[in-house]
Amino acid sequence: MRRIIAVLLENEAGALSRVVGLFAQRNYNIETLTVAPTEDETLSRLTVTTTGDASKIEQITKQLNKLIEVVKVMDLTDGDHVERELMLIKLRAEGTTRAEIKRTTDIFRGQIIDVTDTTYTVQLTGPSGKLDGFIGAIGKAVVLEVVRSGVSGIGRGEKILGL
Amino acid sequence: MTEHLSGGDMLIRALQDEGVDYIFGYPGGAALHIYDAIFRQQRVEHILVRHEQAATHMADGYARATGRPGVVLVTSGPGATNAITGIATAYMDSIPMVVISGQVPSDLIGTDAFQETDMVGVSRPVVKHSFLVRSAADIPMVVKKAFYIATSGRPGPVVIDVPKDTTDPAITAPYKYPKSVSLRSYNPALRGHTGQIRRAVEALARAKRPVVYAGGGVVQGNAGELLTRIAKRLNFPVTTTLMGLGAYPASDRQSLGMLGMHGTFEANNAMHAADLILAIGARFDDRVTNNPKKFCPQATIVHIDVDPASISKIIPADIPIVGPALAVLEEMEPMLEQELTKHGLPDAAALQEWWKQIDGWRESHGLNHHMLDRIDPSAKILPQQAVQALLKATSGDAYVTSDVGQHQMFAAQYYAFNAPRRWINSGGLGTMGFGLPAAMGVQFAFPHATVACVTGEGSFMMNMQELSTCLQYGLPIKVVNLNNAALGMVKQWQDMQYGGRHSHSTYRDALPNFVKLVESFGHVGMRVERLGELMPAMTEAFSDKYRMRLVFLDVHVDPEEHVYPMAIKGGSMRDMFLSRSETN
Repeated sequence: MRRIIAVLLENEAGALSRVVGLFAQRNYNIETLTVAPTEDETLSRLTVTTTGDASKIEQITKQLNKLIEVVKVMDLTDGDHVERELMLIKLRAEGTTRAEIKRTTDIFRGQIIDVTDTTYTVQLTGPSGKLDGFIGAIGKAVVLEVVRSGVSGIGRGEKILGL
Repeated sequence: MTEHLSGGDMLIRALQDEGVDYIFGYPGGAALHIYDAIFRQQRVEHILVRHEQAATHMADGYARATGRPGVVLVTSGPGATNAITGIATAYMDSIPMVVISGQVPSDLIGTDAFQETDMVGVSRPVVKHSFLVRSAADIPMVVKKAFYIATSGRPGPVVIDVPKDTTDPAITAPYKYPKSVSLRSYNPALRGHTGQIRRAVEALARAKRPVVYAGGGVVQGNAGELLTRIAKRLNFPVTTTLMGLGAYPASDRQSLGMLGMHGTFEANNAMHAADLILAIGARFDDRVTNNPKKFCPQATIVHIDVDPASISKIIPADIPIVGPALAVLEEMEPMLEQELTKHGLPDAAALQEWWKQIDGWRESHGLNHHMLDRIDPSAKILPQQAVQALLKATSGDAYVTSDVGQHQMFAAQYYAFNAPRRWINSGGLGTMGFGLPAAMGVQFAFPHATVACVTGEGSFMMNMQELSTCLQYGLPIKVVNLNNAALGMVKQWQDMQYGGRHSHSTYRDALPNFVKLVESFGHVGMRVERLGELMPAMTEAFSDKYRMRLVFLDVHVDPEEHVYPMAIKGGSMRDMFLSRSETN
């Protein structure tokens, strides 16, 4: 089961290494990890996607909570939420494939953000599955380079992860 | 007027303000400003060890015996890395400890400077928390936070890494020790959930085959006395973990002794057949549960623990209660009293029947605590007899530390601990070399108490350099070395699981003459080989004659002896080997 866990963390040196270290030390899997400061500069927000059964996820959230610098932990997948990931993808774009890439990019509501005679660089946002879908549709043969940000997530409605 | 102090002076002043009486440490370049601050004051006594690992075990033994945090001071690089084993030991057993490590100057961090190591990084998986000091002005608050974190909630070791420039005597800052500290991201539970405690009370009152399973959290949480009162009131059997020995008086009829891998027949059978298990401050360690899938199939599990992550980690709890053992039991006692006055024990007959069954287990395969009653003076000494002789010579009133292996299990099984904090051993990490320095920490805390270290020659040789420290500070520890000329527990496993192939578990006659060895350190050594010599030697060692001396009893025990009972791997708790004849 894939879970998206959001963590509010003291924005201090070394705090991130404790979170990453915890996952390694306890043999938990990290699929994606994003982290950046929030509007409150003393706090960082971290989103991690991981997999495991219910008891494993419970342990992960409990162990995260035990870290002194972790302020709050929420399993976003427990409730309604929005998840987004950003992908920058550089594609071989020559001859007839140029038009095809343009069309597919439009269908996926992506943008071409850099162009050369032989390449397009496309920016695409959405749930991770949509990004996977784009790569599938375009075909791996033309993919030169992929950069993905990892998942960011937020609860829907009034639900807030804050102090 | 606010005082201005250098970082080094602040650090020591802050320790004074925390009420620290001993620092266990070893100097070195990066810590020298701090050592100079120690020299210029009288209130905190520094104990010079011979190896930093031993310093951490001393602080650990001190903390386990007193309940107050142990304090360690080491230098950077090898000083810091040598401390890691002791920090990990304290971490696994939830022992409050503050470890101050010198660090290279801030501007050299990351340059592979002389004696530089990333202490915060190296220690990260084995500390409750750690701090890297940024400036002298931060020191009072960092120390305050470190002690608060180390001693609150589930206790544990905290590292303070101190770059040399932050303790520079030329740079001063205003000193004021904070009265209190609060951390928005750290709020340990101070009491349990009342509704959950009420559910637990109802379950306890209804139980027909209850067992109380008490762990180190009861000892560390100072809840032994209250637990004993409650268990007596309910007439419930109590088993304790290796870490929980002494939480309930071992000599009492309701005590089933230790449970788990080398637990008693009655404790493990009672756990397996129980319909209710009240687990307090215990973490369902694999050395207790055996195969979790076969664990206590009929039991409702009430689990009280201050660490939410310990609950339902291995065995799902039916009634989880997060909170300190003492606070939860304090809230539980009047509720239980009310329930008992209103309804009495609903099924006293069932409890009688349960006791009959437990007494039956005890009579059929319980431990023999009377192995000294009839002896052949020329016979080989059994290790169990040595522990029983120790118990007799000390009237059960000693602090007993141990190392790791067979001797540890024999001590746990046969020394009757009737009070908490008397049994001091490395349960979680299983650190050989723990026993002697831990005993030293206990002896510093209680200079007039009887402190014994039950060890084996393998473990003892891992930290025997501390014999020199014992001489320097006049520590009258009594070391009982169960010498079987082998790494006994390794050899036992090799006997049982590897066809008796003793791969690297013996020393090929390369052991030292321990009597001469300890004599060269200025102590008293005695060699004991035959059963007839055992009790006289033990009595002499603990007599007034040697009240001020360290005595090392080199007790040569039967090397063929195994520890039983022993859990059968992959089985349930009641699956145990009871004697060597079953395993051959």
